[in-house]
Amino acid sequence: MSTATEAVRLIPKPTDSHECQLLEVSMGPQHPSTHGVFRMDVALDGERVVKLKPVFGYLHRNHEKIAETESYLGSMPYTDRLDYMCSLTSNWAYALAVEKLAGIQVPERAEYLRVITAELTRLQNHASLIGFLLQDMGASGTPLMYAFREREKILDLFEALTGARMMCNYMRFGGCRVDMPAGWLQQAQKVVDAFPRFLDEYEQLFTENEILMARTQGVGVLSGELAVNAGITGPMLRASGVNYDIRKVDKYGIYERFAFRVPLGDHGDVYDRYMLRMLEMRESVKILQQALRDIPPGPIMDPKTKIRGFRPKAGEAYGRTESPKGELGFYLISDGSSNPYRYRVRPPSLVNLTVLEGMCLGQNVADVMAILGSVDIVMGEVDR
Amino acid sequence: MLGEGILKGLAETARNFLGSYVGKDRLTTVQYPEERLPQIEAARNFPFLVYDGPDWQQGMRCVSCLICEKECPPKCISIEKSKDKKPDATGKPQFYPAVFNIDVSVCMSCQICVEVCPFEAIKMDVEFELSTDDRFGGLLWNKERLARSNEYYRQIHPTEAAAVDAHLAEDRAKLEAKSKAAAEAKSSATAMVSAQPASGVAAEK
Ligand code: SF4
Ligand code: SF4
Repeated sequence: MSTATEAVRLIPKPTDSHECQLLEVSMGPQHPSTHGVFRMDVALDGERVVKLKPVFGYLHRNHEKIAETESYLGSMPYTDRLDYMCSLTSNWAYALAVEKLAGIQVPERAEYLRVITAELTRLQNHASLIGFLLQDMGASGTPLMYAFREREKILDLFEALTGARMMCNYMRFGGCRVDMPAGWLQQAQKVVDAFPRFLDEYEQLFTENEILMARTQGVGVLSGELAVNAGITGPMLRASGVNYDIRKVDKYGIYERFAFRVPLGDHGDVYDRYMLRMLEMRESVKILQQALRDIPPGPIMDPKTKIRGFRPKAGEAYGRTESPKGELGFYLISDGSSNPYRYRVRPPSLVNLTVLEGMCLGQNVADVMAILGSVDIVMGEVDR
Repeated sequence: MLGEGILKGLAETARNFLGSYVGKDRLTTVQYPEERLPQIEAARNFPFLVYDGPDWQQGMRCVSCLICEKECPPKCISIEKSKDKKPDATGKPQFYPAVFNIDVSVCMSCQICVEVCPFEAIKMDVEFELSTDDRFGGLLWNKERLARSNEYYRQIHPTEAAAVDAHLAEDRAKLEAKSKAAAEAKSSATAMVSAQPASGVAAEK
């Protein structure tokens, strides 16, 4: 039972013993399936959810305010810690915003390196997300371990390139920090070539699994209309059948050069979200194949951009990318000094969480875990 | 047929289970303390200070310019600049850090100090077995703890160290050529000041 004070109680105090049969349960913050420290105040009528209040903020670390006192470069390693599963796409979104602000051009090779690292990030994020989702539904260990086995290979690539497995801190304004070491491209090619086989195995394991289908089909339905109105982005939105992928809409970086499709779901339930990610990984493999084939030689940094003493002219800019979780945006205002006047993150995980109650109402309490797992949140990004 | 999907999945698990006895690609873990995977060259952990030559105090490359202290995002470096100058490994008098502390409990291994240091004095280590039961003193590393020889650097990051060595040697050669040229120009200028004033200018270029 919750220890919530009277003021935040979801259920009114029982007045009549026949009236109030609801049970208020506090799920989290130390619940194994809340993906970090996240709490849900759930009111239950028997097994059914009648009210749900997400409580977050446990991991708040003042990221935006700290960024206003740091130099522009100094915030780059902190963006790694937003979505710690996908530090490279966070890096990219921030670099994109600053490049817009200061009008910096990125050399060709660096653009390719960015696409390669971002799509590898998407592969490992989606693979482990599916592992976590199944873990939440009680498939202890096996799916997650298979996903982690594949993720490990990608993390090894990241380590060889950037020096770190998760906190990569790789992109810089006007390029990337280092070029790929000798043999990296071949190693990456090997990993990418082997990935579809893993996807086949994964599909063998789950896609037709009756238990998975029973637990996820028709559960946590999110209509396309509600998704658009609530500002949901990323795989969640596309699983509800809305065709919106920033890689296609904005064509940031060099995404217009690659042939890939945007998979869409049509039910908007948990199973669609699972399936959509499976399909998205296959598309990412396609992008990677093209990028690894076409990457040109050349410089990886814009020679005019300094590392130290970087002061963009006064102005504002919003840079956004399609991170594996949705639209990740950085809004920056510069007053011409060496640190941003205002620094704002638009985290996809937080915005995608806002419809949690809408998806969970009327579902069984055990489905809440599956629905939350399918949203794909990282608390580092939700709470910032 | 109901249950077909589950059976397919179980066949997959069986394949992985049995496969782990034959193939390395299905058994990817190792028995850690006894067995170790080779270190990836670009790996980074915490910074260390590079010194040349045998004596860490004399050979320390850091000239206490305080740039890294200023640029470190979580501000975990604290330096006290020396009042006097001491000869460094090449014999040139330089400032040195009287105190150089890094609080590794705060350091987030971002490598920005390495990127901004103009003197190639601070580099990233790969040592990771660092647990200690002394939470405060044990994690505040002073300059003696941070000092590592250039040989060690070459050992852990061979490619990077080779590039750094080459560029330092180039800088030094340039500097020497410049000072030699300046000295020559000076001597020739004094010797031939009446005979050929133009040659001094040429040498200086
Ligand atoms: S390590 Fe480098 S940047 Fe830091 S004080 Fe020493 S010389 Fe300066
Ligand atoms: S690695 Fe980053 S956090 Fe650590 S001392 Fe260097 S600049 Fe500071």
